[in-house]
Amino acid sequence: MSDHCLLELNNISKSFSGVKVLDDVNLKIKRGKVLALVGENGAGKSTLMKILVGVYTPDKDSGEMKFEGEDVNHSSLRQTQDLGISIIYQEFSLVPYLKVYENIFLGRELRTRAGLLDKTTMRRKSAALLSRLGMSISPDEKIYNLSIAEQQFVEIAKAVSLKVKVLILDEPTAPLTPKEVENLFKLIRELKAHNVGMVFISHHLEEIFQIADEVLILRDGCSVGYKDIAETNIRELIHLMVGRNVDQEFPKNDNPIDYSGVPLLSVHKLKRDAGCPEVAFDLYKGEILGIAGLVGAGRSELVKALIGADSCEVKELELNGVRVSIGDPASALESGIGLLPEDRKTQGLIVDFSIESNIVINSLRTSLNKAKTLDRNNMSERSRKQIKDIRIKTNSERTIVKKLSGGNQQKVVIGKWLSTQCKILIFDEPTRGIDVGAKAEIYNLMRYLTNRGIGIIMISSELPEIVGISDRVLVMRKNNIVAELAGEKINPDIIMEYATGVNDINGEDNASKA
Amino acid sequence: MQVKHNAQNRENFVHQITTKPELLSLIGLILMCVAMTFISSHFLTLSNLTNVARQISINAIIASGMTMVILTGGIDLSVGAIVCISGTLSAGAMIYGIPVSLSIGIGLAVGMVAGIINGVFISYAKMPAFIVTLAMMEIPRGSALLYTGGYPLGGLPKEFAIIGRGSVLGIQTPILIMFAVYAVTYIVLNHLPVGRYIYAIGGNEEATRLSGIRVKKYKLFVYIFSGITSAISGIVLCSRLMSGQPNSGSGFELDAIAAVILGGTSISGGKGHIWGTLIGAMILGVLNNGLNLLGVSPYAQKVLKGMIILFAVYISATRQNSKLE
Repeated sequence: MSDHCLLELNNISKSFSGVKVLDDVNLKIKRGKVLALVGENGAGKSTLMKILVGVYTPDKDSGEMKFEGEDVNHSSLRQTQDLGISIIYQEFSLVPYLKVYENIFLGRELRTRAGLLDKTTMRRKSAALLSRLGMSISPDEKIYNLSIAEQQFVEIAKAVSLKVKVLILDEPTAPLTPKEVENLFKLIRELKAHNVGMVFISHHLEEIFQIADEVLILRDGCSVGYKDIAETNIRELIHLMVGRNVDQEFPKNDNPIDYSGVPLLSVHKLKRDAGCPEVAFDLYKGEILGIAGLVGAGRSELVKALIGADSCEVKELELNGVRVSIGDPASALESGIGLLPEDRKTQGLIVDFSIESNIVINSLRTSLNKAKTLDRNNMSERSRKQIKDIRIKTNSERTIVKKLSGGNQQKVVIGKWLSTQCKILIFDEPTRGIDVGAKAEIYNLMRYLTNRGIGIIMISSELPEIVGISDRVLVMRKNNIVAELAGEKINPDIIMEYATGVNDINGEDNASKA
Repeated sequence: MQVKHNAQNRENFVHQITTKPELLSLIGLILMCVAMTFISSHFLTLSNLTNVARQISINAIIASGMTMVILTGGIDLSVGAIVCISGTLSAGAMIYGIPVSLSIGIGLAVGMVAGIINGVFISYAKMPAFIVTLAMMEIPRGSALLYTGGYPLGGLPKEFAIIGRGSVLGIQTPILIMFAVYAVTYIVLNHLPVGRYIYAIGGNEEATRLSGIRVKKYKLFVYIFSGITSAISGIVLCSRLMSGQPNSGSGFELDAIAAVILGGTSISGGKGHIWGTLIGAMILGVLNNGLNLLGVSPYAQKVLKGMIILFAVYISATRQNSKLE
């Protein structure tokens, strides 16, 4: 058995600043076999992959990694490449303005005796490699002329030319058309025949059953199942992925929401660009509307188009029954809509500035004195009030935001929007990178806001969060809203089925009903 | 106890310097002045100091607008060319017989238009500031050369001389104008919402935009402001020379950028103070003056000036790195 095994991980754990993101994980990558890796967003898949390729090193006291039976402690990317471990990321690492063969030999160009580039040999070897893998791509083509699928093939060819033994494919099918997926699977089977061991990560569970031999299911950094593909089915996988006891306490909504009245916000039509379906939804006063979906389902893009941060082809909105047009985030602010973006540090905050500067930045007009100049005292007072109201842990409003914890940084973003008197707040991944205690505080804060009549749209990739706090849930898949769920239907399994498209056939019906 | 107290004081001092780099610049300026006083008995005389102040005014006025631009994370290379075109067109208007005040107005309007062109291309067409203002180094200067045929425009009305050569209440007019420009810039940057937005754009443009601030509008504003301060400087220079020189202002952009950087403003934007820029301009002025008094050749002066700028940027880069750790 063990001679089949290329790479073996035994009891691997990984922590970041005390938080365990991988706990005691085992896996075996075998010659000529495909191991599928599934799990929710944040289950630890990418951390595990980064350990495999040596970007991260496992915790010191955790288990061992063996490559072809020998202990390895690879800590650098170079070393893993020498061992024959390659990863194909979702974003390719090809140089677009170079030709196919130049990319394949990038960094290890062949030279003639005179020390010049030996283009003839490199071209010939590339052509031989591409045809052996059954690809009809010319080695002289420039990368930017290739389709996404062809670029992916070139990446794989490059890995093969590096004498790859273990190939990791991170969501390779996400950008591909069904026909291209077929071709990719053909190539994977070809590589299997060449004894390459592969790890295949995909959110599309049905694909796993077409191509994988084994499947490892991760949940919250733990391995919750390691199965032979023939012995399992999609429903079992979904259940293993999401099935957990909700240990987080979520604040209950005490105020019943009035769904009969005029919605706070009505999105009648919203179509981002020609390739996207048109969507519509409503948001009511005092409601938390969750938007669930897999990474790349177009959730953040939807709300960014909504507030005018990104361009949008068709957009018809009503606020309290009155037509409005929102062309940019500034007009969204004037209409009382604020976005708390997904990435706090690059989009939500000016991290080198003080708490005060961040909180007052978009409500400076309320801090003007009679001479129309800024009233410093009023600015400090207002920021101190926010710090007290939403309990930002700091000893001064002059503290630089960079020095705060993730949870407190998020509170500064919330404080900024609270100072603006906005009636609609859009939270994009509000608790990402925040520890459990601070999460609870953010949830309570959100309820406190809805009790004051604010409507909240919350995008989240964490199912317990969506299920725990939303009054209604929209599920998105491939830029479309495929389901609207309320009451009993807000359940992890149902959400995940819509998000992954398992029940696409009846999913269409539900979408049109919603 | 005493030791601890001292350590705390020292820490506080270091903290002040890291958060307020303009203090470091001030210390540098004072040290230079003290050194000059010892080296040359000429340095610390009223006539020499007013001379220095007047000399720096041309650069300092440009640098105030440049500070705003750099605070947003941008750059304006066209300031020297704007100095040139606004000076020559004002002079041309005066020679044509247009009243002095109106001619000055024309010069300022020309600076404003150049700023609008810069700003529109940079913020609305989303082109890099470096490229746009590089192109705008050529257009105004070329226009000035075309307009004058390459010859200086002399014979300007006598009353125009008050701006560059006269004095009001015993203070030379260029110095008064300089302080007026700095007072306005200070108020805009520190006491009006616009100023906050300018810092915020340099700190994190995307976050500022998503906060609902019209980033494009304020970026346009800083280039217009820079165009106008350059035009003011151009008119002062024109009056000082009492002629419209189509070759004036070349290389001024570098001195202005140097003043901003020496004053402790971060080249990537978001951090800095307008008074720092004034100190930076003074450092350049005192250096120039001191080296002249010492009889150092202008060629060697260029070498030294370059080395000081390199040193200042090195200090600011290491300071930033140590803060990251």
